[in-house]
Amino acid sequence: MRVRGGHEIDRRTPIRFTFDGRVIEGFQGDTVASALMAAGVRLVGRSFKYHRPRGLVTAGSDEPNALVTTGQGAEQRPNTRATMQEIWPGLEVQSQNRWPSLSIDAMAVNDLVSPFLGAGFYYKTFMWPRSFWEKVYEPAIRRAAGLGALSGDSAADRSERAFAHCDLLVIGAGPTGLMAALTAARAGADVILADENTRPGGRLLSERIEVGDEPGAEWAARAAAELAAMPNVRILSRTTVTGAYDGGTFGALERVALHAAPGAAPPECFWRIAARRAVLAAGALERSIAFPSNDRPGILMAGAARSYLHRWGVTPGKRVAIFGNNSDIYRTAKDLSAAGVEIAFVADTRPGESGKGDWPVFQDARVVATRGRRGLSGIKLDHSGGTAQLRADALLVAGGWNPAVHLTCHMNGRPVWDEAIAAFVPAPGAVPGLIAAGAAAGRFSTAACLADGVRAAGEALEELGYSLRGRPDLPEAEDAPYDITPLWTVKAPGRAWLDLQNDVTTKDVRQAAQENMTSVEHMKRYTTQGMATDQGKGSNVQALAVLADATGRGIAATGTTTFRPPYVPVPIGAMGAGARGEGFAPRRLSPTHAACVARGAPMIEAGLWMRPSYFPRDGERDWRESCDREVGHVRHAAGVADVSTLGKIDVQGPDAGRFLDFVYANGMSGLAPGRVRYGLMLREDGHVMDDGTAARLGDAHFLVSTTTAAAAQVMAHMEFVQQAYLPDLDVAFSSVTDAWAQFAVAGPRARDLLDRVLDRPVSWDGWPFMSCGDVSVGGVPGRLFRISFSGELGYEIAVPARYGGALFEALVARAEDMGGGAYGMEAMNVLRLEKGFLTHAEMHGRVTAFDIGLQGMLSAKKDFIGKGAAARPGLLDATRERLVGLRAVEPEDRIVAGAHLFGETGSEGYVTSAGFSPTLGGFIGLGFLRNGPERYGERLILKDRLRRIEAKVDVVAPGPFDPEGGRMRG
Amino acid sequence: MVELMAQSPVSSRLPLEIGGVTLALAEPGRVTWVAVRDDGALASALEEEVGCGLPTALRSTTASGLRLVWHGPGQVLAIGALPSALAGLPMTDQSDGFACLALSGHGARDVLARLTPVDLRGHVFPVDGAARTLLGHMTATLIREGDAAWLCLVPRSMADSAVHDLTRAMEGVAGRATL
Amino acid sequence: MRIECPHCGERDLREFTYRGHALALSRPSEGASAEEWDDFLHNRDNPAGATQDLWRHDPCGAWLVAERSTTTHQVRATRAVRGGEA
Repeated sequence: MRVRGGHEIDRRTPIRFTFDGRVIEGFQGDTVASALMAAGVRLVGRSFKYHRPRGLVTAGSDEPNALVTTGQGAEQRPNTRATMQEIWPGLEVQSQNRWPSLSIDAMAVNDLVSPFLGAGFYYKTFMWPRSFWEKVYEPAIRRAAGLGALSGDSAADRSERAFAHCDLLVIGAGPTGLMAALTAARAGADVILADENTRPGGRLLSERIEVGDEPGAEWAARAAAELAAMPNVRILSRTTVTGAYDGGTFGALERVALHAAPGAAPPECFWRIAARRAVLAAGALERSIAFPSNDRPGILMAGAARSYLHRWGVTPGKRVAIFGNNSDIYRTAKDLSAAGVEIAFVADTRPGESGKGDWPVFQDARVVATRGRRGLSGIKLDHSGGTAQLRADALLVAGGWNPAVHLTCHMNGRPVWDEAIAAFVPAPGAVPGLIAAGAAAGRFSTAACLADGVRAAGEALEELGYSLRGRPDLPEAEDAPYDITPLWTVKAPGRAWLDLQNDVTTKDVRQAAQENMTSVEHMKRYTTQGMATDQGKGSNVQALAVLADATGRGIAATGTTTFRPPYVPVPIGAMGAGARGEGFAPRRLSPTHAACVARGAPMIEAGLWMRPSYFPRDGERDWRESCDREVGHVRHAAGVADVSTLGKIDVQGPDAGRFLDFVYANGMSGLAPGRVRYGLMLREDGHVMDDGTAARLGDAHFLVSTTTAAAAQVMAHMEFVQQAYLPDLDVAFSSVTDAWAQFAVAGPRARDLLDRVLDRPVSWDGWPFMSCGDVSVGGVPGRLFRISFSGELGYEIAVPARYGGALFEALVARAEDMGGGAYGMEAMNVLRLEKGFLTHAEMHGRVTAFDIGLQGMLSAKKDFIGKGAAARPGLLDATRERLVGLRAVEPEDRIVAGAHLFGETGSEGYVTSAGFSPTLGGFIGLGFLRNGPERYGERLILKDRLRRIEAKVDVVAPGPFDPEGGRMRG
Repeated sequence: MVELMAQSPVSSRLPLEIGGVTLALAEPGRVTWVAVRDDGALASALEEEVGCGLPTALRSTTASGLRLVWHGPGQVLAIGALPSALAGLPMTDQSDGFACLALSGHGARDVLARLTPVDLRGHVFPVDGAARTLLGHMTATLIREGDAAWLCLVPRSMADSAVHDLTRAMEGVAGRATL
Repeated sequence: MRIECPHCGERDLREFTYRGHALALSRPSEGASAEEWDDFLHNRDNPAGATQDLWRHDPCGAWLVAERSTTTHQVRATRAVRGGEA
């Protein structure tokens, strides 16, 4: 029901939205919760397990019942708290977890079978027959319970993530936080002030409290305005700090644009904040009292009712009853009455006179029963004078306050029980650099909060090295003592609810204790209390109290479980904003990318790079046809392939050769300038890390090449070796992978092709196999290497990357003139297989130089990475799986990578690479086989059970084509 | 003789302006990676020749037509005409190793804050500051050329991805202004 | 989590790669036995308390040793790697 007041709403701007298809009118500034309350809608959801009718309980992010779904399709957001969702015109809201409707929910039958669904029910029931659990019971139970649903559409990826840095992060902008921020900001510190609500003020927005001589809400607005005007302050409103992490890092979720229709603004932003210090001024959360049927719609927290009244001008009922164990009950009655709401009664659990008003006041009172399934209608009360049965359509409960300690527990801390306020408070230092203050530290009066904010900021400033200047004057404010007599439960017949989200009752906790789940960790998991999306914000302490009572211990001795991030649920779409599709990982594009795409080459991922698979020509039916043709180009004419993606590391300095001697297994320092050498790099454990070439461009200048995928790893390895083992060597290196475009030009006509692009004719006799030097192409300085991965007469030509696209076009056009052309990854693979050249398919991380027949490359003359471990006898055992070549016996048979090689003893090896060789007319491959090199000529059975392939294969020396290498060395 | 036309490192059309922030491709001419040893002689020679010294970590030094950027322990990136004082040192041409993206405008810092974890506040990252850090998932060098002007050097092969990420960040920042 | 690079200052964890214990800096000399290599490569203590990590600051390529508590996760100090020290 709407009453007067409510400083958060603008009554001049009505807004219409729908709830379960029904049009509801509210005002600008209303949340779905306050608007529903104004419209008299009491039923907002059905509980998780028993589908009990439920209404609003709180006014904040700790709301356990009013979980709704907003939006549709790509914008659908389930499990939104109605208390945190501001309304906008056309907003569509649906209640959850009910069928067919909220008022008639067929699954409420669960409530009737609740005796079978108590704590740990799945350990005791639904167990027979055994197979039924997985096929029948569990799916049915899952369908019958649950929260919101996804639409099934891909979520729109419009959220963002951002980083921020500050000296002081102030968490919460109530009186404590505002004073802390003012203190720190005036001293010159960089401050970020984060608050969950639409505007700063915290609890001041929900109470009739004066600060200085003005209403608290106005004082808060003035303080916020002063802060907003300071260049060293950033205010993040609608922002919940969700987690405290190591090293002063915090996560926070900002609801940027959820209060408006979807548009250009990101709906949410997930912040990562690096703060040198932080003040936790997150306030306190009110807790309930567990009495029978305390979960009816219309039963709310008293503090929440004051929020609804002062912030949005709404009351939860026309005739309101109030029940509690502390003086808040009297304040609540006065506030509501002043707004014209009828007070049914005030029931104080404490004995003796505490407060008076124009309404009945009961002492030593206990609510023992309530009436009204779809909404409260009546209350039965035991009190010092007897029993009373009274009408009311709302019951406000004030069970006391729990400081919001959650963030202080995120690094495995536990809070400390404070008997004086009957609540847990943060343990100091639980999160290094995080200082709790105000209600979050157990100080509840407004004056205490204001002072504590200054105190906490002062501590932080001192640690940060700022001097306190312009310390804000402390305005006057109420300093009433916190007058509470703890009462956690009312012992009377009927289920009393603790965890409203997971439907856990006091009986469940007592049952857990009875079944010897006496540890609070066991009780939690056995009953699921505290395991819902609110992490037990409204039930933890009461549940502990019940457990403590049931096990004859005090609360302090019972202890508490811990809290983990996030404090409120964070959508994956916010935490991973921008990381879908193209944003998932950087794509590395070669200078020929556009040219390859223009030629219709399918581009495949090779790590982060995109590489052309093959270059289809008109009339070709499938990739094999293109691949076979491209192999033919290289074997018979001239082929051009882009090898720009291979790693290139420029190594310079007088000690460059010595350095490379240490990282390569074979020697490099003896390489003459102008020559290129194949090199093998081992890991320190003696296994192969990578192979590549080193070209000596000058006395103190090498260019090292690596496999595409290993470039970054080799670079990091070289940096480690230099810094850790050889810091005194005069050598420096940098990655030049991106700086150079490089092309393989291979085939019997490779020289003719190069002659047509080089600026000056080259005397080919002066370029022996494995040589290098400078050349010029189109006036551009380039490099030429005589190396071959295809086994044909081959060169690689390199120019600065900006000319790569143009050089590729020039080479390919001239190659096509000669009956050749471009070739891609598929053909590259076939060509090297025909020669037995290895890739990381063979050097897969568990092979040694010995395994691949390169034991001879390991130098005896110098130490190098991996030398010691490679000499271990187990790595030199002849029976190890060692490299062999394979040929399919029947021309129509396939060899596939991953297949096993079966001999007489079973699987004796496996295939690492395979392909169809048009040159040899059948499938060939490489693999590893026990005693491999000793078994050439043997016939084995290849089996791939997943793809149901079986074939006879002959074991041969790797690289059956031109085994002497005459074609490439000539 | 073959004619080789140079290509841009980015495929999209730049400059691009969104919400008052401009993303452009900078073409700073020559970029040279140089291995330096921190000795007084080299610094003096540089000072003498061009009027700026060697940059310390997190900084760059400037002279007419030249910026020397700290690029790692013992490494400097020379953007612009190479001073002869550096001759003889190990060096390699990195003009094509990086794409230089220039981000400027009132919201430029906010845009970068979406992508880089490094502290961009003025007193930590002043004008002429230079940081080796991350931009999205890629390694980048960020140089602050002015109060609201930044240069991002990313590996050339990742230029299109960098433009994609920066564009998305610019859209997000501009989108907030519509609220 | 934040780690201090000796050159670049304090940076977010995502700029770093972890390699393992700083024992990797005490590489056995040439001719060491297979047992010494096995120990160097594979055997590590697992203390509840202070440990020495090797981290690489990826953007600048600097390797550093960080003293970290395995129980509180606090990084107490970092220094640049120098040859031969653990």
